[in-house]
Amino acid sequence: MSVDTATVKKIASLARIAITEEDATRLAPELGNILGWIEQLGEVDTQGIEPMTAVIANQLRLRDDVVNDGGIRDLLMQNAPQAEHGFFTVPKVIE
Amino acid sequence: MTDLTTLGIAAIRDGVRDGQFKAREVVEAFNAKVAGARALNAFLVETPDHALAAADAADAARAAGETLKPLAGVPIGMKDLFATKGVATTAASRILEGFVPPYESTVSQNLWNAGAGMLGKLNLDQFAMGSSNETSAFGNVISPWRRPNDTAALAPGGSSGGSSTAVSAGLAPGATGTDTGGSIRQPAAFTGISGIKPTYGRCSRWGTIAFASSLDQAGPMARDVRDCAIMLEAMAGFDAKDATSLKLDVPNWEAALSADLKGKRIGVPKEYRVDGMPAEIEALWQQGIDWLGDAGAEIVEVSLPHTKYALPAYYIIAPAEASSNLARYDGVRYGLRDLPEGAGLQDMYAATRAAGFGDEVKRRILIGTYVLSAGFYDAYYTQAQKVRTLIARDFERAFEQCDVLLTPTAPSAAFALGEKQADPLAMYLNDVFTVPASLAGLPAMSVPGGLDKDGLPLGLQIIGKPLDEQGVLNAGLAIEHRAGFTARPQAWW
Repeated sequence: MSVDTATVKKIASLARIAITEEDATRLAPELGNILGWIEQLGEVDTQGIEPMTAVIANQLRLRDDVVNDGGIRDLLMQNAPQAEHGFFTVPKVIE
Repeated sequence: MTDLTTLGIAAIRDGVRDGQFKAREVVEAFNAKVAGARALNAFLVETPDHALAAADAADAARAAGETLKPLAGVPIGMKDLFATKGVATTAASRILEGFVPPYESTVSQNLWNAGAGMLGKLNLDQFAMGSSNETSAFGNVISPWRRPNDTAALAPGGSSGGSSTAVSAGLAPGATGTDTGGSIRQPAAFTGISGIKPTYGRCSRWGTIAFASSLDQAGPMARDVRDCAIMLEAMAGFDAKDATSLKLDVPNWEAALSADLKGKRIGVPKEYRVDGMPAEIEALWQQGIDWLGDAGAEIVEVSLPHTKYALPAYYIIAPAEASSNLARYDGVRYGLRDLPEGAGLQDMYAATRAAGFGDEVKRRILIGTYVLSAGFYDAYYTQAQKVRTLIARDFERAFEQCDVLLTPTAPSAAFALGEKQADPLAMYLNDVFTVPASLAGLPAMSVPGGLDKDGLPLGLQIIGKPLDEQGVLNAGLAIEHRAGFTARPQAWW
């Protein structure tokens, strides 16, 4: 499996990771190698096999639809890189 | 007076209860050990006061004639993947540098409720992604073990490498680990200690920094099987805050420990005899088989036909889940923010993630993003989840013929730091024996079996049926009794 630098850049953009031209050149053969090795899964006959959804059978639980948390705004914001007036702040978004 | 840091969890618990020594004396001795072992880089944060507070509470409870809690005064190390209230928690990544959780993970809270105290936060592979502890943003952990007449730094295994180093170097009687594809068992094997990953769902994942949610399980790492059983009892238990937590009582594993395996059947999976397996690993495995036979068990050969596909399936599923889980690190709510001059929101995300994540984390996010992307999803992700069903079915069928499985833990003893770093695939292959049980959610443990020609520890792995931690621990105990493994690294640090 070969991965070209254009593909690496596209994936990186989807993953929201900035990469340089050198990064893309380095990563292309690395990812190609790993994906090439992974492709051996294609040889397994999985006709009629359901994909795994839970390793241990477990029932999804429901809880009462009541507020059981909250009122801790300042606590939750204390790790924010930038917060003002009880809001997380980000660069201006203009679309 | 004996050096209190040579004692394990059970010995500390019993000694404090019986008044042989004070919990404070134990903790002071371990705190000094931790402070004297910084060359190993096992701890990211030292919290001597946390451990002392728990010790003082234990001593006060005893003085007042109260019944002591199960881990009263026992100091442990906490892998830095567990959020600890008021104590920096980074998952060994720059992207969480300076993050101080305002909450406590369920597993750590369970341990504090049981009376344990914390010696510090333990280094690990960044976001638990790695098998050698070389992906930490805060430096490699150095194994306390060395080859004879050789000062080359060896890998303590990963991702719980700070935990394995702390326990094997005698800096802590026990430590928490997490295991996604072998991150408790492989480091335990590399450092000559024991570690168990329980059935998926036994330990709550709430407050544990997520890597691959369908695989991540916490478990204990300690000097012996009994100590693992004691610590696991404290860590496990139902938690409504984790949707995959199992609503089951925690068995009293310690009380039911028994090394008598009469009537038990031990399965030996023939597919684990991989090409190029070192003769020493093969010999150790045979030795383990003989030991379990000696303990009264019947040995049966079993087949797990899809074993060779476990690793490639894992390297689709784990990165896919990681790419989704790690999307939360965006520079907005916590952790690092990198805002280049004049950058917009999207550029801020990309710059933050480029600056904050290490190379291995980026590699896995990119793989995960790729296999989940439009047009590839079915060929990679859905196919991997189907293969996972087949792997789980292999185990189910094998367990019709046996009670537990015995395999080597890792394909080699500890390698030198730097030795496998250049080739990510070579590193991934280290998990070949541990990943299948992870994919099937099964309890599995590593116990020390012996030493290789260089005097480095080798581990044996026991894999059990779902929820049969007892069967795993008991087989581990039978090996422990016969292996008589007492080797410890010589202190050079």
